[in-house]
Amino acid sequence: MIQLAVEEVTLQFGGVVALRDVNLQVEQGAIHAIIGPNGAGKTSLLNCISRLYHPTQGRIFFEGRDLTTFHPHKIAELGIARSFQNIELFRGMTVLDNLMLGRHVHLRSGVLSGGFYWGKSQREEIAHRAIVEDIIDFLEIEAIRKKTVGTLAYGLQKRVELGRALALEPRLLLLDEPMAGMNVEEKEDMARFILDINEERGITVALIEHDMGVVMDISDEVTVLDFGQIIGQGTPEEVRSDPNVISAYLGEQEVTFRPI
Amino acid sequence: MQSGIFHASYQKDMAFRHTPAQFIRLGLVLAFALIFPFLANNYYLTLANQIGVAAIGAIGLNLLTGFTGQISLGQGAFMAVGAYSSGLMAARLGLPWFVTIPLACLITAMVGALFGVPSLRLKGLYLAIATLAAQQIIEWLITHWDALTGGVEALVVPAPTLFGSAINTDFRFYWIILICLIGTTLFASNLLRSKVGRAFVAIRDQDIAAEVMGVNLFRYKLTAFAVSSFFVGLSGALTAHYRTIISWERFTLETSILFLAMIIIGGLGSISGSIYGAAFMTLLPAILSNLGRGLEDFVPAMARLIPFLQQAAFGLVIILFLIFEPEGIAKLWRDVKDYFRLWPFSY
Ligand SMILES: Nc1ncnc2c1ncn2[C@@H]1O[C@H](COP(=O)(O)OP(=O)(O)O)[C@@H](O)[C@H]1O
Ligand SMILES: [Mg+2]
Repeated sequence: MIQLAVEEVTLQFGGVVALRDVNLQVEQGAIHAIIGPNGAGKTSLLNCISRLYHPTQGRIFFEGRDLTTFHPHKIAELGIARSFQNIELFRGMTVLDNLMLGRHVHLRSGVLSGGFYWGKSQREEIAHRAIVEDIIDFLEIEAIRKKTVGTLAYGLQKRVELGRALALEPRLLLLDEPMAGMNVEEKEDMARFILDINEERGITVALIEHDMGVVMDISDEVTVLDFGQIIGQGTPEEVRSDPNVISAYLGEQEVTFRPI
Repeated sequence: MQSGIFHASYQKDMAFRHTPAQFIRLGLVLAFALIFPFLANNYYLTLANQIGVAAIGAIGLNLLTGFTGQISLGQGAFMAVGAYSSGLMAARLGLPWFVTIPLACLITAMVGALFGVPSLRLKGLYLAIATLAAQQIIEWLITHWDALTGGVEALVVPAPTLFGSAINTDFRFYWIILICLIGTTLFASNLLRSKVGRAFVAIRDQDIAAEVMGVNLFRYKLTAFAVSSFFVGLSGALTAHYRTIISWERFTLETSILFLAMIIIGGLGSISGSIYGAAFMTLLPAILSNLGRGLEDFVPAMARLIPFLQQAAFGLVIILFLIFEPEGIAKLWRDVKDYFRLWPFSY
């Protein structure tokens, strides 16, 4: 079943065409990688799905609903969570609070019940805290749960950001370069988390990644963007041998098809 | 020596206070607050009452500026809305204070939310200018809408009465202020550990990520303005009934800036810091003028210089805090506690 369908999406910033006639279908339950050189339009595509950008043309369907008709904050309620290329955590909050904020759409308390912290609000906090603790265990970040996020190392922050997205209990998870800037060990951990999220929790994952080794290892489907256009699509094997893709990557230093 | 604080249940883990030391400290503070009015003379009671009223307003402002990240220069005007709403209802309609004060808070909350609308589009300095407009508009309305407010004339507010006796001394008013301050502190602290408060802080730290996680920015920013203004209105209403005579001059832009200074010095994004900041900014001028009077005998020119020295000292203190402890008194106090928590192994 197709969960996410991007149809004929074009996105322009003045004269810059960030995306041109992009068609993309993400299969429910898949790990779908989006690759391409810097400036290809990958982040812009995720931003269109998150409603941070509004496509100049085209529509995006998630489980049959046209996302372009929703406000940005409604996207989370539909079941889509994401991480950002440059970590966008709530730096002044603890790890726990960042994850609890991930539960925002599932919580019901308002100003009065929160301010008085009466039965309902307190019970709710405790119930959702248990869900968040599960995620903390899963990501192995127990030791830092009370730490202020701004003080954590980069790799840990990436992990916390993944945790915040998971706390939403999404059906589709969008990850923008989840392994960028990590060492090999951290990358392996992250790859394992992504696989587990996909297999154990049944969450569809669409991820942008530069490390071809990782992409080829974990993804079911790969889409290649270049200058805002899709130049290749298919299984990792198909994409790897696609002459269009190979020529687009010729001369690219940071991206190589070397398996880890 | 403690190596950390561990809890058996989430409920316990989520409580405000954990260690015996924390409970003892809370007990001591409360005991002091209860005994203080019986020991203090009128001068100190007045200071305490001023601190209490300011602390409520500072907590209100901190909710908006320190926790939600929305700078407001309209504090003075919002206090005026609270003060005049409550004062006018009591003076003109003869309603009792325990009716007019809550109503005034609600009115201020609505006015605050209204002037919070630009916050959807404006951030930082631009929002500050928009709230400055709120300050000017409200000030103008108060001084020009003579029929309602009495214009530039002072408004006389009846002293509150309870069970037939007037609450017209510092000693009696102390209890009203204390109850309001405790209520404000508890409400704000609870709010901040629940859904709404987390959304506030998330908006301050990373509004786009907050929106992506499902926070309706417009709704929560307006909520922040409303909740903040509710307590700022309370501070204003208490001022009116405590002073029993108010005029617009008490609620100018200078007041707004004074309160910003309070929360910066006390600690942005800290409830207890709001109280420390209010105490500090109330006590500093008192101490300075006492010092000045003491010096007058030796330096006769002192009498003329005091006001200038006060201003200069104010500015100096703010600058020193910004440089040496940008997180305010709350952080200083945390450091002191951390030091003693590990004492005598504090290396
Ligand atoms: N907000 C924006 N305003 C103007 N141009 C933008 C904006 N966002 C992205 N772009 C442009 O769109 C193109 C694609 O950028 P991006 O989606 O970030 O690429 P990628 O994530 O693949 O590296 C770039 O040319 C970039 O400069
Ligand atoms: Mg990018």
